[in-house]
Amino acid sequence: METIASVFTDTYWSPYAVGIGIGILSWLSFLISGKPIATSTTFARAGGMIEEMVRGEKANQRSYYEKIKLQIDWQWMLVIGVVIGSFISAILSGDFQVGVWVPSLWSSAFGDSAILRVLVAVIGGIILGFGARFAGGCTSGHGISGTLQLAVSSWISAVCFFIGGIIAAHIIYFVIA
Amino acid sequence: MKESEKKVSAKTSDTEEKEDKRPLYVGLAFGIVFGFLLHKGGATKYDVIVGQLLLIDFTVLKIMLSAVATGMIGIYFMKSMGWVKLSLKSGSVGMNVIGGLIFGVGFAVLGYCPGTIAGAVGNGYLDAITGGLAGIVIGTWIFAIMYPKLKDGILKKGYFGDITLPGLLKVNDWVVVVPAITLIVLVLFWIERAGF
Repeated sequence: METIASVFTDTYWSPYAVGIGIGILSWLSFLISGKPIATSTTFARAGGMIEEMVRGEKANQRSYYEKIKLQIDWQWMLVIGVVIGSFISAILSGDFQVGVWVPSLWSSAFGDSAILRVLVAVIGGIILGFGARFAGGCTSGHGISGTLQLAVSSWISAVCFFIGGIIAAHIIYFVIA
Repeated sequence: MKESEKKVSAKTSDTEEKEDKRPLYVGLAFGIVFGFLLHKGGATKYDVIVGQLLLIDFTVLKIMLSAVATGMIGIYFMKSMGWVKLSLKSGSVGMNVIGGLIFGVGFAVLGYCPGTIAGAVGNGYLDAITGGLAGIVIGTWIFAIMYPKLKDGILKKGYFGDITLPGLLKVNDWVVVVPAITLIVLVLFWIERAGF
């Protein structure tokens, strides 16, 4: 029987319920904070802050870091919140993963070596992080928040995210594997 | 009355950001809900994201398109009431096409994106917590190093700025919003009918 509590302990909701929820969240973020939901600048700020810790104030002189400003801001906290929110949902639904290094789809094609998977994740992350800053946004900033505002830059980016992603995924799973 | 108060508070919170800690808590709260929803949608999982890119699992597209359709109605309604202002990213062909394609390749190789990897971290996936996070930060750092060379070259190629589709077509917002939402709903129906 569905109860209010079981809604929260279900592992999955309908993707439409989730999407509508994110859409309503975007209304509130514009209304309350005057900002769209986005995440990738935070990773660039984190990189700059690490450089600042290692090299000191000199890191701040990079023109890109001057532009995005190395500080803990609204979006930084949003990214921290995503980690917490996902953790809460995973714990409530008994879906928190312990000791999982290799996703099952990956292991079905490339075996269960954690080292290989982590190495490829690093390479993928580098390409993704570079591409996100090159395009000026990611799947949330361009893909959801930008497209819902009908921004030309975001529609072009979102379509290219999927063109690049679909081609690369097919090469990985049908040519390399 | 309520709405105008909210609008004012949104403005003041922007200008007071440096001293005022409130926006940080608000951001955290938005993030918690966003992360909760991403996990409930399965979007914090490599298998679901790469399944989408392999065109065998359409969960990601269903989430994104229904979020975009829902968001678009509300944002354009609130814009027409004068409650919110759009916050558009300016762009260029070089930036969005090349950057978008590079991002796409990384998306497929990593199997998470910057938002969903934060969700994957909360979900406990160790490949995301270690290699994925480190890689993304390194990638943005490489961009920061190359930025002085890129900014007046490739990033400026085909510059068009921060325009919207209605602005580009020089039509009323709703002339684009209504067909866009109709199209999204039709695509979603088609995906369901095709059995995905």
